[in-house]
Amino acid sequence: MNIRNVTNLFVLLFLIWLLLTGTFELTSLLLGIVIAGGLSLIFGKNSNVFGKLRLTPKVFIYSLHYLIVLSWEIVKSNVDVALRVINPKLPINPGIVKVKTKLKSPMGRMILANSITLTPGTLTIDIKDDEFYIHWIDVKTLDPEIASQEIMGKFEKILEVIYG
Amino acid sequence: METLEIIGALVTLLGSIFIFLGGLGIVRMPDLFNRIQAGTKASTLGTILSLFGLAIINEAWIWKLLVIIFFVLITNPVSSNVISRAAHFRGIKMTDKTVADLLVDKSNKPGEE
Repeated sequence: MNIRNVTNLFVLLFLIWLLLTGTFELTSLLLGIVIAGGLSLIFGKNSNVFGKLRLTPKVFIYSLHYLIVLSWEIVKSNVDVALRVINPKLPINPGIVKVKTKLKSPMGRMILANSITLTPGTLTIDIKDDEFYIHWIDVKTLDPEIASQEIMGKFEKILEVIYG
Repeated sequence: METLEIIGALVTLLGSIFIFLGGLGIVRMPDLFNRIQAGTKASTLGTILSLFGLAIINEAWIWKLLVIIFFVLITNPVSSNVISRAAHFRGIKMTDKTVADLLVDKSNKPGEE
């Protein structure tokens, strides 16, 4: 039984409960505690997905910063792909490139891979240990170092602080 | 009140334009991987903007809509990742414009594992 994993899952589930119900009535809060507690006990005790995550103020601030960076990247690259689609010449230059990540924790790698996929123009196809294979709609370089910097440099720096 | 509704409607309209461009991308792109790029992802911003426009129109829904946006952000990349990975291992042909495919060079061709 992993206490930290269970508590982290409980906090997350209870936050979602608060957002969905939108009230602070006593009965609703108690019901939310019971449901979130039960679920996190059932599903949290045998896994360690959230176990490494420490809910400190620093992590919270960096997570917020990460959300802002991610949103800006999503907007930028969405416009970029949309412009490619309406361009009559269809200016694409696709290919699968290999990049290397410095992140160690599985959770950090998962979030990094999903962020890469979320920003259009890049699509994570496979992960083998610390190598990501990424379908890039406009290949600028095949060199892993430069490609890593180009695709995920911004994300990696912040995630390194959060997950280590 | 009136102006908020108009702003919300405009944001939702902008979102639906992005979703339309995503659909157009599915038609125009030459192969599966590029279709995933355009289809599932030009629509990310479209979905977010549409929901955000609704949140502006009706403030009571804002937290619920934020939760929906959160779930879209979590589930969207997983599905496109799984589809593209399966397609690559199945050996779906890539377009002639493709510059490089470093995943194939890695001696793990599909069916030979």
